[in-house]
Amino acid sequence: MAIAAVLLAIPIVALLWVPSYAKADPELFGFPFFFWYQFLWVFICSALTWTAYKLTLSARGKTTHEAGEER
Amino acid sequence: MTPHLTVMAADGGINGVALGVLIALFLLVSVAGFMASRFQRADSLESLDEWGLGGRKFGTWITWFLLGGDLYTAYTFVAVPAAMFATGAVAGFFAVPYTIVLYPIIFIFMARLWSVSHRHGYVTTADFVRGRYDSRGLSLAVAVTGFVATMPYIALQLVGIQAVLEVAGVGGGDNIVAKDAPLFIAFAVLAAFTYSSGLRAPAVIAFVKDILIYLVIIVAVIYLPGQVGGWDNIFGSAQEKMATVNEATGKPTGAFLPGVGAGWAYATLALGSAMALFMYPHSITASLSSSSRNTIRRNAAILPAYSFVLGLLALLGWVAIAAGTTPIGLDGEPNAQLVIPQLFEDMFPAWFAGVAFAAIAIGALVPAAIMSIAAANTFSRNIYKEWLKPDATPKQEAKVSKLMSLLVKAFALVFVLTLDKQNAINFQLLGGIWILQTFPAVVFSLFTRWFHRWALLAGWAVSMVYGTVEAYQVINPVTGKHFGGSLGLIPGLDQMGYIAMTAFVINLVIAVVLSAIFNAMKVSNGSDETIPFDYFADADDPRVQKDLAEHGTHDEAYGDPDDIPGNAPAR
Repeated sequence: MAIAAVLLAIPIVALLWVPSYAKADPELFGFPFFFWYQFLWVFICSALTWTAYKLTLSARGKTTHEAGEER
Repeated sequence: MTPHLTVMAADGGINGVALGVLIALFLLVSVAGFMASRFQRADSLESLDEWGLGGRKFGTWITWFLLGGDLYTAYTFVAVPAAMFATGAVAGFFAVPYTIVLYPIIFIFMARLWSVSHRHGYVTTADFVRGRYDSRGLSLAVAVTGFVATMPYIALQLVGIQAVLEVAGVGGGDNIVAKDAPLFIAFAVLAAFTYSSGLRAPAVIAFVKDILIYLVIIVAVIYLPGQVGGWDNIFGSAQEKMATVNEATGKPTGAFLPGVGAGWAYATLALGSAMALFMYPHSITASLSSSSRNTIRRNAAILPAYSFVLGLLALLGWVAIAAGTTPIGLDGEPNAQLVIPQLFEDMFPAWFAGVAFAAIAIGALVPAAIMSIAAANTFSRNIYKEWLKPDATPKQEAKVSKLMSLLVKAFALVFVLTLDKQNAINFQLLGGIWILQTFPAVVFSLFTRWFHRWALLAGWAVSMVYGTVEAYQVINPVTGKHFGGSLGLIPGLDQMGYIAMTAFVINLVIAVVLSAIFNAMKVSNGSDETIPFDYFADADDPRVQKDLAEHGTHDEAYGDPDDIPGNAPAR
């Protein structure tokens, strides 16, 4: 669970630390760094949240499982 | 007014084809919604069940597709790109980190709220607070805040519908009634729509709405950038515009990137909005109606993908800069809120502009209806029944709900008419200032009972006053109106930040200090009707199953507005 908490905290800290990405270079496909970096975090955040979800599921075991629901 | 601008406004008169397509699609959707609600009311429960079951049989992809449609409202289509167009990245693009950090945040607390609510039959956050602290006062504070904070959010949707009608050429003229005609039409349509069909119509037309919205988004973000010289040119034009000097303020027009010191504004806007969103009544309704506590968490992992598209839509505001779009209102004044409809009218063939207009208008109408119904239900449940008429029959309660859903929209109209609608995104931010102040009482109480009920109430009261006064004092330099923005100086930091977050910190400090004092003095903190297990129960728990079954029908205030379990609400 502690690991899940850390995984969830990572995108929050990264995106709130604005000075770390408020710059134009390096560009990617014509997008300044500021923009493509935040777009990139959409996918990183998704992956981290999914991992955290899987971790909480295994921590709880079978009691959270609804009949007929896919794992 | 210069003759030049007047001529432009006249040129932008009625766009017959676009307006025709808009009205036709609008009528089609309204009739479909009306017919469907009639059909289901007349029919037996059997068909209702089947309909609901059909919804549950949808695979992950279709469900995901449906969820996405709900996330696109006037906020994403009109307000965010308009903010990008007018003042740049700090005012507009914060919506992207906002909608990313949103999901880790709800992942943390929403499962607990789901469990305790279904163990005890709570429908609103005010219900939970009442059960947790046995405090009617704190519960009332939470309920009133939810009701009031929804108003500016609905106002934003009205501005969106108005923008479309105005660009399509409805209304016009100099007298005050004709000038605001698009707004009054938008209000009338919304009121009639909600009053006659309740929650069911939004559910029925969700499919049509989603298809329209996706069609427009895909075409817009793929087709338009190429038409204006590619992304290099778009960012170049935006940088140029943002660097020009605004005559009214003598400062640069806006920010291409958040400069030194703007980081606080950008970060607090994102975090404050994210923490606030799931405190709104309509968000809670949607979250609680999911089928298990993990549905929310699973969706939290796949929904951020929508933030990607939101970012592209935000950048349409800068596409409009590159395209040289000049959004001029019917009164001949420039109005940034019109920029996206105007861009569509300029760049698309008339018939497709009509489709795009319909997508924006219906995409604003449906969430506005859902929001007003959720706010009205909070009123009838936690204010009317709790304080005014405890022995109210379900019929009386439903009647009050209906009337209140009208009233909340009427207040929303007042917001649009009295506040500065040049900056529509500010409506959403203003609602955020208020609703965020219920966060400590609701979310912290899910994890601990250390906080004292009177301390939470005191923190709420002070931060509500502080937030409102601070927001009132923000004056738009161009129009001179109060409530001109949602950024204020952060005391002690000498930086600009989102007022909601400053108020939240004040709220928290008061709650902590007073809780320590009250707890030390052993002042009664009420009785807690919940037990630790309540916060972990899942759909396999018998009490939860009973609650889910009781609230399963669509006629309940509680029913999922769109029948898609666990989806995030409209923003």
